Amino acid sequence: MVNAIEVSGISKEFVLRHTRSIKEAVVWLAKGRRGDMSKKFHALKNVSLEVKTGETVALLGLNGSGKSTLLKHISGVMLPDSGTVRTRGRVAGLIEVGAGFHPDLSGRDNVFLNGAILGMTEQQVKDRFDDIVEFSEIGEFIDTEVKFYSSGMYLRLAFSVAVHTDPEVFLIDEILAVGDEPFQRKCIDKIQELAKNGKTLVVVSHDLDLVSRICSRGVLLEHGNLMFDGPIDKAVSLLRA
Amino acid sequence: MSEGVAAELTTPGVSGGIRDIRQSGFLLKLLVRKELKIRYRGSALGLLWSYVKPGVQFIVFYVALGVFLGLERSPRNPDGLANYAVYLFSGIVLINFFSEALGNAARSIVNNGNLIKKIYLPRELFPVASVWVSAVHFFPQLVVLVAACLFAGWRPDALQLLTALCGFVVVALLATGLGLLFGAVNVYFRDSENIVDMLLMVATWASPVMYAWTMVHDKLGSVGYAVYQANPITIGVELFHYAFWFPTTDGSSAIPPNLFVLWLPVGLAVSLAVLVLGQFTFRRLEGRFAQEL
Repeated sequence: MVNAIEVSGISKEFVLRHTRSIKEAVVWLAKGRRGDMSKKFHALKNVSLEVKTGETVALLGLNGSGKSTLLKHISGVMLPDSGTVRTRGRVAGLIEVGAGFHPDLSGRDNVFLNGAILGMTEQQVKDRFDDIVEFSEIGEFIDTEVKFYSSGMYLRLAFSVAVHTDPEVFLIDEILAVGDEPFQRKCIDKIQELAKNGKTLVVVSHDLDLVSRICSRGVLLEHGNLMFDGPIDKAVSLLRA
Repeated sequence: MSEGVAAELTTPGVSGGIRDIRQSGFLLKLLVRKELKIRYRGSALGLLWSYVKPGVQFIVFYVALGVFLGLERSPRNPDGLANYAVYLFSGIVLINFFSEALGNAARSIVNNGNLIKKIYLPRELFPVASVWVSAVHFFPQLVVLVAACLFAGWRPDALQLLTALCGFVVVALLATGLGLLFGAVNVYFRDSENIVDMLLMVATWASPVMYAWTMVHDKLGSVGYAVYQANPITIGVELFHYAFWFPTTDGSSAIPPNLFVLWLPVGLAVSLAVLVLGQFTFRRLEGRFAQEL
């Protein structure tokens, strides 16, 4: 098995600026509040991780532990300050369902737009269009503007586009399942089917029971440090302890 | 997508810059189509606004400048510009294109922040899509201009059409370059938007749209005029004048010296230099877009 993701020794520091205005900067400097102007914050500290093709990995940790930041480095949205990230094949994410949706476009237009944003070609979207609509259960409303959709319909369509993008590496942040209970079950079945078909999955979630069903390996992060990397059951019990 | 295992390990999030856009042609097309669809959503006149707005702008300028300030040639004002209406409009359409393209491109990164923060895609797409959208909106204005020119006795030839195309390309390259530059800086300092608004106001008056280049030449002398003339927008506007307005006059008006042998290459060079600078700045800054937005 080859590596699908190689993260070696990445660190990321955020500078939280409290002001950009020259006036405030001058006033604060004069008042000796220089330290208030910006604050540094280590989101990831020397994290290394290798994921093999076909593995299902859960990134676990409390809020602010750096899970989402790590996921953003794997997707390429963020670049590390030091260290390297390398991935094999197309990486796509169920990161914030519907980020690319526009309320004034019809469901059909949004499927095409969002598919393209997630890296599908025109032919791929055309080929999978019917599957996407069928999976979402939107039916006849596909030509209605999505601003008229109920929130459930909106999420179902967005989720459906995302799971049909068919990348080699799937990144999932928080949204394993959307909509009502029957649809949620369908979402999880679909993700398990992807895992079974040999897709590499990296999942961030606080739903520990759910991730232990889907993933086989757990990676525990705490304040930007990698604390544990091993079987999912152990990672979950460590986090719960 | 079955080459997955065979594919090489690559570093995500490192773009090839504007070159990546060719591979993202489908996405670019959809982004442009989205902008066009939502621009006039919920309005009764729809795309007609793309005709109405420049039409009114033209009438205002024509009455104020051509009639009141006496730039139009008439029996009582023989020093004015012949066919001032065509002169004015052929410059205005190009300036409108530039203003819309740069104004939207400069805001495009911040406006699409939601997407840029979450999904990796070549971010140059957004400013470039803004310029494309402006080009589509430029088209109806061009149709009106051509109709007016034909009415004024224009018989287009290949050289004139080629000249107009060159003028458009010079201005489009400049707008893309400045759009990349200011769009990227805007993520860090929102002052950038205001600088752009100011620049656009200056741009309208810093090229011979309302007045004739000879007036600048008379006042500034040849050195000052050379600086004035190095502005790609000035060159673009003059090329448009040459293509659309000059053929409708009796040919007695002067066209700027060396327009083709010197200034067209200068305009292209300046625009390309700005594009390279914009792309360079964009690539230096884009690594931290996701955390700064």
